Amino acid sequence: MATAPVGTLYRGGQGMWSWVAQRITGISVFFFLYVHVLDTALVRVSPEAYDLVIATYKTPIVNLLEVGLVGAVLYHALNGLRVIAVDFWSRGPRFQKQMLWGVVGVWVVVMIPGTYYMLRHTVEALFGATS
Amino acid sequence: MSVADRSFALSQNSRNRQRSNFELYAWLFMRVSGIVLVFLVLGHLFIMNILDGGVQRINFAFVAGRWASPFWQIWDLAMLWLAMLHGTNGLRTIINDYAERDQTRFWLKMLLYVSSAFIILLGTLVIFTFDPTIG
Repeated sequence: MATAPVGTLYRGGQGMWSWVAQRITGISVFFFLYVHVLDTALVRVSPEAYDLVIATYKTPIVNLLEVGLVGAVLYHALNGLRVIAVDFWSRGPRFQKQMLWGVVGVWVVVMIPGTYYMLRHTVEALFGATS
Repeated sequence: MSVADRSFALSQNSRNRQRSNFELYAWLFMRVSGIVLVFLVLGHLFIMNILDGGVQRINFAFVAGRWASPFWQIWDLAMLWLAMLHGTNGLRTIINDYAERDQTRFWLKMLLYVSSAFIILLGTLVIFTFDPTIG
């Protein structure tokens, strides 16, 4: 991006890529939400139908996808707060880049233990208990 | 939508000589609902995926236990409506940005609105008519 325009917030560099990621995570989470309301609606059909579908959420591959979902939601939430700060805080635009590093930092710090607890059962089931 | 996007949308509005504040309210709604959803959705994900065994402990009985409490019913209802409206408006913005033909844009948004309305109504119905003794 050698020719990125200077003086605009959302074209080129971290400003644009954080915005692209906001759109991609937003679309992904929204489509999951459609599916998730549909699978939860099975509680109105029968306990067996609901438990059958929820069982797929507990399989190793879908369990891994859940880590991706939580990561996408967490980024979207943290970066959304950053966008709000850019829009409403008088010094927000000046610190937008620093705030993005804050978003990335908090994301990593939350996702490390989060991934551990989300995948613990799957890892134990696949490779045996760790303790 | 950024400040620049908003002023662009507003300038488009004034070009069409429709003095509607819809885009301003939509922009504001994304921020207000976003802040509420940070707590509702991250709380939901923490309880369902991380706390006390995570997704492995979820089944019909677990749902029945939660929805016995009005607190979680209201939590889930608020989360359903806010997340669906937030996501629908986000996708509306994206369709407006990338679908260039008028016809394409119109029909994509109709598809979006119809499917979102269906999901919101279905989810609301499920929360209000849940029967723990079914089956």
